[in-house]
Amino acid sequence: MDILPILATLRRHKVILWLLMLEIALSCAIICNGVFLIAQRLQHMDIPSGVAEHELVQIQQAPIVPPPDRYARAQEDLAMLRQIPGVRAVGMSNQVPFGGSSSNGNVMLSPTQPHPTLSAAEYFGENLVQTLGLHLIAGRTLRTDEYVDADVVIRALADGSSEGFPMPMLVSQALAVRLWPQQNPLGKLIWLAPTASFRVVGVVETLARANAYNTATAQYSMIIPLHMGADKDQSYLLRTRPEDRPRVLAAAVAALKRADPARVIMHSRSFDQIRSDYFQDDQAMAGMLVSVIVAVLLVTGLGIVGLASFWVAQRRKQIGIRRALGATRIDILHYFQTENFLIVTFGIVIGMLLAYGLSLWLMMHYELPHLPGIYFPVGALALWIIGQLAVLGPALRAAAVPPVVATRSV
Amino acid sequence: MIGYYLNLALRSLKRNKVLTALMVLAIAVGIGASMTTLTVLHVLSGDPLPGKSGELYYPQIDPQDARGMMPGTMPPEQVTLIDGTNLLRARQADRQALMAGGAVPIQPDASALDPFYVEARYTTADFFAMFDVPFLYGHGWTGIDDEAHVRDVVIARELNEKLFKGADSVGRTLRIGGTMFRIAGVLDSWRPNPHFYDLTTGSYNYYEQAFLPLQTALELRFAKNGSNDCWGNGTGGVVGGAYPSATCVWLQFWVELDSPARAAAYRQFLVRYSEEQKALGRFQRAPNVQLRNLMQWLDHNGVVPSDVRLQAWLAFGFLLVCLVNTVGLMLAKFLRRSGELGVRRALGASRRALLAQLLIESAVVGTAGGIGGLLLAFFGLWLVRHRSSDYAALVHLDAAMLLVTFALAISASLLAGLLPAWRASKVAPALQLKSN
Repeated sequence: MDILPILATLRRHKVILWLLMLEIALSCAIICNGVFLIAQRLQHMDIPSGVAEHELVQIQQAPIVPPPDRYARAQEDLAMLRQIPGVRAVGMSNQVPFGGSSSNGNVMLSPTQPHPTLSAAEYFGENLVQTLGLHLIAGRTLRTDEYVDADVVIRALADGSSEGFPMPMLVSQALAVRLWPQQNPLGKLIWLAPTASFRVVGVVETLARANAYNTATAQYSMIIPLHMGADKDQSYLLRTRPEDRPRVLAAAVAALKRADPARVIMHSRSFDQIRSDYFQDDQAMAGMLVSVIVAVLLVTGLGIVGLASFWVAQRRKQIGIRRALGATRIDILHYFQTENFLIVTFGIVIGMLLAYGLSLWLMMHYELPHLPGIYFPVGALALWIIGQLAVLGPALRAAAVPPVVATRSV
Repeated sequence: MIGYYLNLALRSLKRNKVLTALMVLAIAVGIGASMTTLTVLHVLSGDPLPGKSGELYYPQIDPQDARGMMPGTMPPEQVTLIDGTNLLRARQADRQALMAGGAVPIQPDASALDPFYVEARYTTADFFAMFDVPFLYGHGWTGIDDEAHVRDVVIARELNEKLFKGADSVGRTLRIGGTMFRIAGVLDSWRPNPHFYDLTTGSYNYYEQAFLPLQTALELRFAKNGSNDCWGNGTGGVVGGAYPSATCVWLQFWVELDSPARAAAYRQFLVRYSEEQKALGRFQRAPNVQLRNLMQWLDHNGVVPSDVRLQAWLAFGFLLVCLVNTVGLMLAKFLRRSGELGVRRALGASRRALLAQLLIESAVVGTAGGIGGLLLAFFGLWLVRHRSSDYAALVHLDAAMLLVTFALAISASLLAGLLPAWRASKVAPALQLKSN
């Protein structure tokens, strides 16, 4: 196909040409960045929790009047929950990955350090490694005789006493690598307060925080052997087979209510539910981005249909003359397809620059990384395809113009 | 003349239904998307207390220890119980209130209702007057009641409906966490958004059902909600029944100051207070105070989710694509009618008359697009409301946004019509007549 005559024709329709190119360029910029934003969201939603997600259920209960011994009550509840058929492990925790409400501690590598090194999630509670299904990759898990009532530790902290410290703790691999790069973390000490030291006895592969907003720090977690009381903010965690979850959850709620009818069940949900609740805004945003991209492609496509139809109508006579001079239908069809390809390509070139500028602006205003080069061809491909699809109808109509039109005066 | 042009416009639009529909649709979709996101942004960045917000201030002081002090750092976002109580008792502002969020178990007398937890606010007497809280029945408690740890509670209208079927319940008793309280007042519907006085419990769509005197709640060890920030050996109440220790900030303190001069004086007071505390050895850092008013405080905290802003920008980018698209389509449409326009010119119509005729045609498209856009915006907002984001339920189109929608639609389509109309009105009559 000869391109030069097409370019010569386009030069005579500058305004429409520029409008089309502008529209394609804008669409290209929006699509490149939009697809990138979607990928970002999906990647964020894919953060691993490290726990056996399809086997876990959470129950958060609250007493109306605090029981006389909150620790004894918690142990009674746990023993009772263990009896439920189908339950494979029972644990208790002050927070769960992606649970939203979090408990974090400032980690120091020496008691006199002026600024904390970082902040990490503090998981307190019973039997977490087994119940959550965490993978221990180094050292050992926490022993039952190492657990201390939370009140004891709080009192020691308030008195500034270092009795009972260092306590054993587990850390996530991400935290261990961040604190002691290329060193064996086992046996290392950290401080969560000037008098409160902890010794790393084991490392779990992955354990996400309750508020995993930032991908870089999402896996900084510690597990400390504290007994927690049966309070409003603690969760009972039950591990079971995926298909048993609804039944186990119902049975556990019923058993808890039976043991103390005056208590209130604040939450009872599966871990799948926790994850989908936590990421619902990201899900919605990804959905919104997909609809914007589809709408942009649709509007651009319809715009091309409209303008191509106009051009075909305007050039009926010229098409007739070309046909009379020997051009085949295929020639005419190809003419319009090539013309569209050229216009879309020009538009894409401008669009790439726009996309790059838009990405710089987004980086400034929303903590986003640089737009990777891989996303540029995505926008280009989408627009080439939509352009060819849109021009097909008008081009076929042009190809159907009979040569006899050339001989008519109007 | 306008009537005639309108008639012409309708005829012309009817002649090419598909093209007209495409233009109207493009504008409608663009406007619908922009208005949906703009309305969300408008609702979320609104002033929760119009007319009053300029007089409400959020004092911040820095009680942290000297470790890790860096010049230029902001003081903590909340206050300790000791500082909050000191500032409250100093009474240096027109009104002041110290508060914390919590949750309390309600035990209804009616056996048909199981006990349940409600969100609560533990606060001091000025809270209600300071924030213009409307009462349906009764009133709040007094500063003397605060000191006396009275068992008084103010409940929200919703809770009153649930417990007492909406009757005037003032003076009746209510068992909360095993203790009998007297109902002092019932609030009328009051839903400030954002939840400005305590952003740590969630910025939007968070409403307390019970308001209790702070000292009473602390004495009864009612559970607290919200965040706390500790230093030194401080522990943030990891166990129920224990409150964060003395080296933790976990309460919010608000003051009302009716003039900028009073605000400047209050800032001086905060500096003096910090110096006094340092002299006493409680504070270790040089005075580091902030006194932001309500809107500055919201702004500082960036309460409007950044996703919402991003969505608004996206929608406007989309509207731009739609407009460029409409310009192209209108240009095609107008140029196609060069012959007709040439005849009008030859018969004596001025270029200005042609321009007016074509712009009216664009305006008709714009109005249709605006109506379509409005319907789409209603649909879009309905979709937003059915999402589970915490702000979703708040989003409604108000009269101002309705006007903005139409203004935007018509000005956008006039803008889109301007270039095509100008190009088309430049047709040379002779040339057009000859070629036909």
